[in-house]
Amino acid sequence: MCLGVPGRIIEIYEHEGLRKCKVDFGGVVREACLDFVPQAEVGDYAVIHVGFAISLVSQQEAQETLNLLRQIASVEQELGAQPSGEVRP
Amino acid sequence: MSQVKEPVTFEGAVCPVPVHLGDTIVLGHGSGGRLMRGLIEGLFLPELDNPVLRAGNDAGRVAVRDDVLLAISTDSHVVWPLFFPGGDIGRLAVCGTVNDVAMLGAEPLYLTASFILEEGLDTGVLHRVVQSMKRAAVEAGVEIIAGDTKVVEKGKADGLYITTAGVGRIYPGVDIGGHRAQPGDLMLLSGPIGDHGIAVLGARGELGFEAKLESDVAPLNHLVRAMLEASPGVHVLRDPTRGGVATALNEIARASGVGIVLEERAIPVRPAVQAACEMLGFDPLFVANEGKLLAAVAPEHAKATLEAMRAQPYGGNAVIIGEVTAEPLGRVLMKTVIGSHRVVDELSGELLPRIC
Amino acid sequence: MRFVDEFRDPDLARATLAEIRKTVTRPWVLMEICGGQTHSIMRYGLEQLLPREVELVHGPGCPVCVTPLEQIDKALEIASRPEVIFASYGDMLRVPGSGMDLFSVRAAGGDVRVVYSPLDAVRLAQQHTDREVVFFAIGFETTAPANAMAVEHAKELGLENFSVLVSHARVPPAMHAILRSPDCRVQGFLAAGHVCAVMGYWEYRPVAEQYHVPIVVTGFEPIDILQGILMAVRQLEGGRAEVENAYPRAVVEGGNEPAQEMIDRVFMVCDRKWRGIGNIPSSGWCLRPEYARYDAELRFAVSGIAPQESELCLSGAILQGLKKPPDCPAFGRECTPEAPQGATMVSSEGACAAYYRYGLSERATASPQ
Repeated sequence: MCLGVPGRIIEIYEHEGLRKCKVDFGGVVREACLDFVPQAEVGDYAVIHVGFAISLVSQQEAQETLNLLRQIASVEQELGAQPSGEVRP
Repeated sequence: MSQVKEPVTFEGAVCPVPVHLGDTIVLGHGSGGRLMRGLIEGLFLPELDNPVLRAGNDAGRVAVRDDVLLAISTDSHVVWPLFFPGGDIGRLAVCGTVNDVAMLGAEPLYLTASFILEEGLDTGVLHRVVQSMKRAAVEAGVEIIAGDTKVVEKGKADGLYITTAGVGRIYPGVDIGGHRAQPGDLMLLSGPIGDHGIAVLGARGELGFEAKLESDVAPLNHLVRAMLEASPGVHVLRDPTRGGVATALNEIARASGVGIVLEERAIPVRPAVQAACEMLGFDPLFVANEGKLLAAVAPEHAKATLEAMRAQPYGGNAVIIGEVTAEPLGRVLMKTVIGSHRVVDELSGELLPRIC
Repeated sequence: MRFVDEFRDPDLARATLAEIRKTVTRPWVLMEICGGQTHSIMRYGLEQLLPREVELVHGPGCPVCVTPLEQIDKALEIASRPEVIFASYGDMLRVPGSGMDLFSVRAAGGDVRVVYSPLDAVRLAQQHTDREVVFFAIGFETTAPANAMAVEHAKELGLENFSVLVSHARVPPAMHAILRSPDCRVQGFLAAGHVCAVMGYWEYRPVAEQYHVPIVVTGFEPIDILQGILMAVRQLEGGRAEVENAYPRAVVEGGNEPAQEMIDRVFMVCDRKWRGIGNIPSSGWCLRPEYARYDAELRFAVSGIAPQESELCLSGAILQGLKKPPDCPAFGRECTPEAPQGATMVSSEGACAAYYRYGLSERATASPQ
């Protein structure tokens, strides 16, 4: 119920009364419907589920999340923490 | 505190066997995975049993004289559409059979080709297909020496079907087969996976995506010869066609009674294949290839074999993707990019896009 | 792929796992109700890497698993009709009904087609005006807007030959049902990220309050799931029970309003049976009366065969996290992925199918080199 993949909107147009776009997932392009994300613009990233954009990806939030995680990671390294969680032979 | 836990299996977006196994044939029976294996073991082998067939390799290995060993294989080609980016049914037919023979460590020599044509097929289309077969045969260095043609009524074939048989001579002193992998062998892969399956799926148009991708369909016999010339340590060769790398490796693990452990990081996948698989919910390990091979090679010879592969047109991106182990018996494991281990199972039925 | 690969980074995974390890002092049971998350947890072997104190239970989040047998039987009956083109998401083709599955129907001559998007089904109706196109509209909240839009679009195009067989499920009522069960062991939830992208997460606040369970909106990549677990565990260790968002790049509290409006225009809340669990009130969506002409159940007057569930199957208890697959006497014997007795063994995200393969690997006990 959840397979939603982020893709970049590369073109926006109207077709049969629906607002549609071409989305580039990184080498694969597919059409998607933008009616649920009317504020989307070319260059934005959106989560695409069964051919519909269901939400925009906030690049800022993504970056903040990653920064937070990277902070944790570097603190771990500074403390000399063991790289844990790997299954070792 | 010890964190050793058992590896988890993940099969991906596949179709499990439906309840009515055995009553009717379903598409999954042709997909290369567990369903097809069940059909072969449950229906074909009991009737047609002999040691050569039972060995379950890509080609049958027979001795004509003590010093002349042949590899003989057959294949049917029903791909649709007939023409796809990177190839067509004709090139597929020639390369598929050339490769099956080559995977036994044999030099492919002669092919036969029989055609089932659908009434109404444009003869121009047939001509293009045959021209493509000629080009592929020339590239592979084989001759098509016998043929047959039948026509069926409109609607009884997708334009055309091709069945090929191939004969090759096993290189002297070479003993290559699915049963020969040994613990310690390294597993080599000749290049990125999933190109053919995704290219054909894209060309079909049913799922509405466009990919800048071509099928990798190619004859691999010259690559195989170069590998065998470079080292005596090649134990297994397998081309991962329908069912993908996952299915091929499971077959090897079972036939040799060994385990195989892969490194997910090491497995090459083109970005467009990755993107298509993410979008559809496929695992690239299950997607068909038509111009790639897997090789289990003794560790002391792996480097030389790899170098020989990389010097060849169809082996330029060859890499080591894992190794053969004593355990787990008959299973394939993979160390994921985040460091856990999971089981890689064979394809069960048909590969289906999912929403979940 | 951008916004995907970064969230599979091994170093970040290690760091988050270390944080989880540092945070837990006692056992906790967390449930996710999302087939996609179950899938990701299995694919990346996350349970293997988590400290043993953290137990993940896989709830009824797979639309394949929870679609009632009656709906599948109706689908099979409709798909068998010669005038019908039956279009479905790939997931549903593999589910056996009381007797057959959609693959067998196709093998027997039924025109069954896999589509990626419900708009593809609408296009089929435009292209084949001499046939009846029926679309199997299943899913949770994530898919509801798309399925609704397909109906609305068909209406705007004036199509006479398009209808949908609806089987929609809503997550919050299922959470209530699970939490109300006297045997419930679940102490915290990972909420399905894309369900929340559509619906927002304001609906979960009353659940968190009423049952005192933390609920963390969680994404799908391994880093996302580990982060969701970390936040849930921090709450549990701290005695808190709040709704938090660990997937802010795709989810806002109010959700997607245009999508919610579309759902509301075409669907209305109704009671719904969940395979293996039973009836959960107000847990489904059905077509509003003004869209009745697009309802395949009415158009084809499918009575449905009396569905026959296996007596052996414990899917219900498993879906609620009350039992584990190995607890079931049929597990691995009468019930395997090749001969499934119930929904949780059929779907690759189903808990039983996942455990079955997990159990197979236990036969090979040596650690890999």
